[in-house]
Amino acid sequence: MSDSSVAVEHHEPDLQHHFADMGQQKDAASLGMWLFLATEIMFFGGMFCAYLIYRRAYYNEFAAGSRSINIWLGAINTVVLICSSLTVAMGVRAAQMGKRKLLVILLILTLILGLAFLGIKGIEWHDKYKEHHIPGPSFDASDISREYPQLHIDQSHEQIFFSLYFAMTGLHALHMIIGIGLFLYLTHFSWKGRYGPEYYTPVEMGGLYWHFVDIVWIYLFPLLYLIDRKPLG
Amino acid sequence: MAGTVDALYVFLVLLSLSTCAAIFLVITVFAVKYRRRHGREAEQIHGSTILEIAWSVLPMGVFAVIFVWGAFIFFMERTPPRGADEVYVVAKQWMWKLQHTGGQREINELHVPVDRDVKMIMTSQDVIHSFYVPAFRIKQDVLPGRYTTAWFHATKTGTFHLFCAEYCGTSHSGMIGSVVVMEPSQYEAWLGGGGTTGSLAANGQTMFQQLGCITCHRSDVQGRGPNLTGIFGKPVLLEDGRTVVADENYVRESILNPTAKVVSGFKPVMPVFQGLVTEEQLNSLVEYVKSLSQTPSGATGTAALTSGTQPQNPKE
Amino acid sequence: MATVAVSTERENYLNADYGVRSWLLTTDHKRIALLYLLSITVFFFVGGFFALLIRLELLTPAGDLVLADTYNKLFTMHGQIMVFFFLIPSIPATLGNFLVPMMIGAKDLAFPKINLLSWYLYILGGALMLHCVLTGGVDTGWTFYTPLSTAFSRTGVIEAGLAIFINGFSSILTGLNFVVTIHRMRAPGMTFSRLPLFIWSTYATSIIFLLGTPVIAITLLLVVFERLFHLGIFDPTRGGDPLLFQHLFWFYSHPAVYIMILPAMGVVSEIVPCFSRKRIFGYSAVAMASIGIAVIGFFVWAHHMFVAGISLYAALIFSLLSYLVAVPSAIKVFNWTATMYKGSISFSTPMLYAFGFIGLFTIGGLTGLFLAALGLDVHVTDTYFVIAHFHYIMVGGAVMGYLGGMHFWWPKISGRMYPESWGRLAALIVFIGFNLTFFPQFILGYMGMPRRYWQYPAEFQVLNVMSTAGSTILAVGYVLPMVYFLWSLRYGKIAGDNPWAASGLEWKTPSPPPTFNFDETPVVTWEAYDYENIPLPEEVSLER
Repeated sequence: MSDSSVAVEHHEPDLQHHFADMGQQKDAASLGMWLFLATEIMFFGGMFCAYLIYRRAYYNEFAAGSRSINIWLGAINTVVLICSSLTVAMGVRAAQMGKRKLLVILLILTLILGLAFLGIKGIEWHDKYKEHHIPGPSFDASDISREYPQLHIDQSHEQIFFSLYFAMTGLHALHMIIGIGLFLYLTHFSWKGRYGPEYYTPVEMGGLYWHFVDIVWIYLFPLLYLIDRKPLG
Repeated sequence: MAGTVDALYVFLVLLSLSTCAAIFLVITVFAVKYRRRHGREAEQIHGSTILEIAWSVLPMGVFAVIFVWGAFIFFMERTPPRGADEVYVVAKQWMWKLQHTGGQREINELHVPVDRDVKMIMTSQDVIHSFYVPAFRIKQDVLPGRYTTAWFHATKTGTFHLFCAEYCGTSHSGMIGSVVVMEPSQYEAWLGGGGTTGSLAANGQTMFQQLGCITCHRSDVQGRGPNLTGIFGKPVLLEDGRTVVADENYVRESILNPTAKVVSGFKPVMPVFQGLVTEEQLNSLVEYVKSLSQTPSGATGTAALTSGTQPQNPKE
Repeated sequence: MATVAVSTERENYLNADYGVRSWLLTTDHKRIALLYLLSITVFFFVGGFFALLIRLELLTPAGDLVLADTYNKLFTMHGQIMVFFFLIPSIPATLGNFLVPMMIGAKDLAFPKINLLSWYLYILGGALMLHCVLTGGVDTGWTFYTPLSTAFSRTGVIEAGLAIFINGFSSILTGLNFVVTIHRMRAPGMTFSRLPLFIWSTYATSIIFLLGTPVIAITLLLVVFERLFHLGIFDPTRGGDPLLFQHLFWFYSHPAVYIMILPAMGVVSEIVPCFSRKRIFGYSAVAMASIGIAVIGFFVWAHHMFVAGISLYAALIFSLLSYLVAVPSAIKVFNWTATMYKGSISFSTPMLYAFGFIGLFTIGGLTGLFLAALGLDVHVTDTYFVIAHFHYIMVGGAVMGYLGGMHFWWPKISGRMYPESWGRLAALIVFIGFNLTFFPQFILGYMGMPRRYWQYPAEFQVLNVMSTAGSTILAVGYVLPMVYFLWSLRYGKIAGDNPWAASGLEWKTPSPPPTFNFDETPVVTWEAYDYENIPLPEEVSLER
């Protein structure tokens, strides 16, 4: 039953018992990861679908809601995430080259950037909380109506915008938190020298996941923050 | 309508029976003829491209026929004939409320004349329901927040089941009623029997004044809102360049959420009536707006005389 | 299950290790398959119990056995449990888990730990569902239609939604494991054109798992959020659109029907050649039909919504596509029939189930043509006609296939034979009971009896009584196999490696198989279903 007793027979310590060789094992892992990302696209796809329909129906409310979100925090977060993707990509390279210390530093950098993203997101949400823009019984977007009287904001339609805003950024943040957990794990085992030129699949898979979460944000940022930023005429 | 639907049904039953019979017969023959016996081995056959193509294309052909036939009936079911009598239906947990254009109201019972086209304009106050009269082979989901329509043409008198066919909570199975189809003379008597508070359009007109709609939507001079005379059923050019047909759903939306589709040349200044009018009142208002587009000969036309618009939807 | 006594001396996956830990922490796909088997059986009988209560209530027109609310909860939980916790995992998670690696000559699935994780997710979701059932249940219908589920129901919608959400990830991980395994773990020589058709259909099923399940997951999550935080995305009073929910729901839940039927088709494609001693007729047509069903199946969802308020043109397109998806199903039926031509047919229990499957699936498929015909669907949708139709597919088809497969591979799973005459008797009882239960419902539907009715007009009673009578017979038919399967674990005849003289790699290894399936990695040099090269042992050939 136990994996170790069988693995002993092989010369590769990282080869699991049921794979023929390391190549097969790596192929399987990367195909599995790509398939998982495909399911993630479908998962977010449901919300993007809802977004498209309501944006078309309630364009004014979406535009006004978009203006009320802090574009600078969003932009900074975009930069933060793109930087984190860079550190991840460099980290995978470091693992391939067997540079343990560099790998650990890059992973920790990624973690810091990820936490920074969540922190900024938290500030943004806190602002929304103070403005009563969180959907629910206490939702109140009258400030937005007053600011853009020419858009004739409907409160409940504005709430739909914020519902989607929170659902989408919230699930994205949840993916970030999972990613941070994943990277803590990777950092721990990188420190222990588990990964090297022969075996760095987990780092690569973690990296794929991180890039995916990054890409989701690359779509969320313009869809939520940049709907209609041109000055109102 | 029942006849046309049943014709397709009978065709499909016969088709299914013959298909089933053919397949089951072939399987039975094979099972008996090629049952396992000593000294006889199976003959290996890998397949036959011709057969594969044949039994792929043949069903496709049959399916195409059924599709066209079914679509044809569906077109008919979804297109109420012009000049149909109209009934407003408001569904709620767990009853059917029906309003005739003459102002008669009923609950869980719908009286209609025989040999007339009857169109239902339906909406729900709460969850999704479905208006289903099996005898007429019609069913249409009734949605909150918008109108859906259905129509039928009863050919014999009698009382028929009215069911709610979309699960709607605790008393879903209690949300049943009946459609009473009567001779025209009886129907007229029935219409006159119960006291009404005036026709729907008349009620709508009263509300139109009470709610102040009339101050902007004027029929004599250009007001702040569009003149509603003669607009019903016509295409309307919107502020954003789109064109929509002013049907029941558009009128409804324009009352509840006026800024959604503003008519070209007007400012979105109308207040929102969402939550301020009940579904029944809304029906009256819609009916009033419709009456503004009816020719003087129209049964419920009240204010159309001033319009001078071209006649449309002449009743038979 | 841990106490199974296996008298063979060889070490196999059952006797390799003992104790609860060795089962609960196993990464062996065969043990995980048995864990699934045990758990889905529990849910099958819970769901079946609800079904019997429903049928008992409908014995009389008045609502007299249970309260209306109780009845609504019964059919809701019957649907949710049967669909999400029995039918969807039934063949893939038990037979699929057991057979996929063995059929392609692999030692295990690609990700054994993820496989175990998916069972735990299933158990977590299942436990939440059972907790929901025990603490009052849920009454929205298994379809969770909004705004009833989001704004009106006062029952455990959140809990049931989360249970199905969690369970969805179990499906996703299983599908992912299968696709990767089939792509990357095939034994030397096992090309795609040599794969058993069960693998093809499992592959098609897995694609639906991967692309469909996430959509239902997010949809139910939005329903949960809407209830918790009053979002309004599906609430028409706040500008939301309840039809959006239906689109998202059916985008998964229609393909989910193919999740149930495709694996059963795969099982039948294994059984029919074996008991006809023949190659399958038109191998590539049957394989491609599976893929075709999975792909086209994603583009027919709105045929559940013809009267829901979608546009005329949307309805036309979805009706047309629905006819298109019927073609590959028809192709399969014709190919199975043709496989029997000039065969050497025996009537062992699995073959009886395969006959039953073909018959009932044909009826279910043909009545699908009624429902796809727009003008006719208006009348019969949301009536008992629909109930009968999808039970012919999901119970007549999928469950028949599941039982057929269980009988076919039971000797491999347990190393024992079940009593053949009892097997045939049970198959017959299931067939009769099933038809008596569900055939009258077609007529009820055309007469106009709507579904989900707790009480009904008296003119529908006779047919309802027939249906209820049938359901009791069906229940006997379902309990019987469970009894004799358990009995056979101790008293059954030793099966031998290949009791049916079947083709397929899973039969070329001992029964029960060793932990790593094969003593040495097989090299495949033959085509699938090469029955001309498999001699029939005397005892098998005599058995009719």
